[in-house]
Amino acid sequence: MRYIDPHIHMVSRTTDDYERMSLAGCVAITEPAFWAGYDRSSPEGFRDYFRQLTDTEPKRAAKYGINHHAWICINPKEAEDPGFARDVLKLVPEFLDKPNVLGVGEIGLNKNTRNELAILEEQIAIAAAHETLILVHTPHLEDKLKGTRLIMDAVKANANINPGRVLIDHVEEHTVGEVLERGFWAGMTLYPETKCTPQRAADIIECFGSERLWVNSAGDWGPSDPLAVPKFQREMLGRGHNAGLIAKVTFDNPCAFLSMSGRFDAGDD
Amino acid sequence: MKPTSPQISKHEVLDRYFLEHRAKLIDIAAFLDRLDRAEGAEDFRAAAFRDALAKLAGANRAREILTVLSDPSTEPIDQATTQGASGAHDLGDS
Repeated sequence: MRYIDPHIHMVSRTTDDYERMSLAGCVAITEPAFWAGYDRSSPEGFRDYFRQLTDTEPKRAAKYGINHHAWICINPKEAEDPGFARDVLKLVPEFLDKPNVLGVGEIGLNKNTRNELAILEEQIAIAAAHETLILVHTPHLEDKLKGTRLIMDAVKANANINPGRVLIDHVEEHTVGEVLERGFWAGMTLYPETKCTPQRAADIIECFGSERLWVNSAGDWGPSDPLAVPKFQREMLGRGHNAGLIAKVTFDNPCAFLSMSGRFDAGDD
Repeated sequence: MKPTSPQISKHEVLDRYFLEHRAKLIDIAAFLDRLDRAEGAEDFRAAAFRDALAKLAGANRAREILTVLSDPSTEPIDQATTQGASGAHDLGDS
């Protein structure tokens, strides 16, 4: 069954993963800019990273028939130093013009600090000025509930942003309801230890329906699984859900949201 | 699309998931036994874990457990002291 993985960090994965994803039915991915597991030593380090996202990875993915797209930003873990973060933000507009870039992301909060929030608001303003989509990272574990609410308030405070063009990622059972009720799209990240398992993501679909919801692997350098989306498909099939519902969550919904960028190509022509 | 129930029966749910979650239940019991045997004082995570376990007796268990493990405050903090998360909120920080 074909699928889109709308959040995966392929810079941290091997070429073998591209091949396995292609064999499992992956036709398109989107890769948000994120924390590399260490803090960069200079803003110029981000220029090379953004080149990797907009030039190197699309070529690597294309060899396996996967259309690669990217999101550009400074991630919240490196936004605690506002001076450093603002130097990185000066690079962002140049890369927002690249043909595979869908918008600003993954922006958000990490420890819910005032500095993180200030940089988040500035990145929301950049998205508004460039009329791009936004992909939001919500904090980990005990910080998620509070952070998700602060992020939604910050987005709503910008009158130039339509929540229907913002996806709030990494939702779980305690945040998904509020995110959907406030008009945002919601992403469920399938991780082996934190966030959602494929089983819990299927539970959430059963409890909240399938409107404005997608699943992703967020595969990266930590414990994660680049085949998590097809495993979710298998979980849904095993529960007796029909192929139309599964396709809606793993292909149609990401296609609908990402196509609002005007640049997304699911490769289904 | 409206919410939908699992397309399988309670018996099928048990067939699919019982053994997996029986093992996880015993893992939790063994973890608590291990914690009892260990030397020294517990920290806020142990208390939070026991508070979360109590939620198993109610409804909407996953949501309630995630909520009881969450920071209940609403204002941004002045400064981060770490980049990571511990998995439970330290009520001493509230």
